[in-house]
Amino acid sequence: MNGAGANGAGVDGVLLRSLTPSVLGILVRRGADFAAAQDAVQDALVEAVRVWPADPPRDPKGWLVTVAWRRFLDATRAEAARRRREDLVDEQPAPRPGPAVDDTLALYFLCAHPSLTPSSAVALTLRAVGGLTTRQIAGAYLVPEATMAQRISRARRTVSGVRFDQPGDVATVLRVLYLVFNEGYSGDVDLAAEAIRLTRQLAAVIDHPEVAGLLALMLLHHARRAARTAPDGGLVPLAEQDRGRWDIRSIAEGVGILRAALARDRLGEFQAQAAIAALHADAPTAEETDWVQIVEWYDELAGLTDSPVVRLNRAVALGEADGPRAGLAALAALDTSLPRRVAVAAYLHERDGDLATAARLYAEAAGTAANLAERDHLTRQAARLNARRCH
Amino acid sequence: MAKYLLLKHYRGAPAPVNDVSMEKWTPPEISAHVRYMNDFAARLEGSGEFVDSQALSPEGVFVRYDGAGRPPVTDGPFAETKDLVAGWMVIDVESYERAVELAGELSAAPGAGGEPIHEWLELRPFLGGSPTVTE
Repeated sequence: MNGAGANGAGVDGVLLRSLTPSVLGILVRRGADFAAAQDAVQDALVEAVRVWPADPPRDPKGWLVTVAWRRFLDATRAEAARRRREDLVDEQPAPRPGPAVDDTLALYFLCAHPSLTPSSAVALTLRAVGGLTTRQIAGAYLVPEATMAQRISRARRTVSGVRFDQPGDVATVLRVLYLVFNEGYSGDVDLAAEAIRLTRQLAAVIDHPEVAGLLALMLLHHARRAARTAPDGGLVPLAEQDRGRWDIRSIAEGVGILRAALARDRLGEFQAQAAIAALHADAPTAEETDWVQIVEWYDELAGLTDSPVVRLNRAVALGEADGPRAGLAALAALDTSLPRRVAVAAYLHERDGDLATAARLYAEAAGTAANLAERDHLTRQAARLNARRCH
Repeated sequence: MAKYLLLKHYRGAPAPVNDVSMEKWTPPEISAHVRYMNDFAARLEGSGEFVDSQALSPEGVFVRYDGAGRPPVTDGPFAETKDLVAGWMVIDVESYERAVELAGELSAAPGAGGEPIHEWLELRPFLGGSPTVTE
């Protein structure tokens, strides 16, 4: 998906898209309103794809800022904007103080502003920070382009009154990026790869252990992606994955980033999750997984977030570390309406040797699965146990 | 975001409150109904929640495979089929509560006498395609 935003022969699409947020940030800081600035930057990108192959600029970012700013001024020359244009054209505005790095960060904060719903924040981030086209975002989320265009412009309107240079909350930005990552792959854009790119870019402009933790978590999960899906599209659970297909480079990078983050002793949710992913990645075989340490990390995680999902995953880990009965005992304390609780119970009963109960629970879990791959997987598990019990 | 199907039935849903079949409405009542449906779809597009909307003819048949080298068998239409789908709308919304809210609004479309039909719409969540990471 390299260069999914603006790509042309001889133009580095990845470079273009990586420059997009800071160019946009500079325009907004100079006083351009958000929507107009975004249109102007889009025009500049199109122009770059046209012009650069024959005449590559020495300073690509400076070139983009100049062209985008000119486009913005041209656009504001409309009659309705006359008064504002005069203020802007009279003087070549000096950028307000602060390095360009802050502009990129400010753009992340703006696009993940708490006044936005999660889906609006996701759409705006992909459009403004990621530089994806509306069509690409619509394709990735399987909605018509007109619907996505409206979602993005409503989001822009929502944040149009927000002061650009206000410090934001890193946690909201990370939640948005994690949502993008979890969406996976549909349409012609690989959202998981895009989320990694955006998180990497964020990590370059802010020194924050949880940003590093999320980047590590994404890299470690992404490293297993090829092994997670069977040729027929079915889910392959962690224990059955061909570990030779894990991406070692991605794992090494994730572990390195995680170590550096943990060394700073400011533990957060994403670092703890990444630590668990790293322990899985570290095991040469499923049997050699250090489940005892994984349970300890789930205890840390439960202390950081009182999430029932964490306690559910902890029950699985406990079932591996101390045996299925211990896992089932932990499970008994959890709310019965918790998604995937029945699937976990099925797995633990199977490990405990109670195949009849396990088969019944797998089938029950399939009936309430929230996605197709999971439902098919659970149905297969039930079928496998039923077939075994008949022989 | 989650996608939901709003399913409209010719038959098979519980009876609506304003239970007068459409051919007995006045032409202006039909126009008002159509306008309401179009406005509703346009409003959802504006709010970034619209995905698709289609109406179906009631004239359907059943089709099945009849073995290698043989043409498929068709059967019907069955005038007495208990469940007959009239059409659907697909929405992409933030929550289940929002989906219920929108289905409620769609069910308020005007019918005979210009009064809301209070039609029962079937609300079904989509099974998502990609699983979220849960290892």
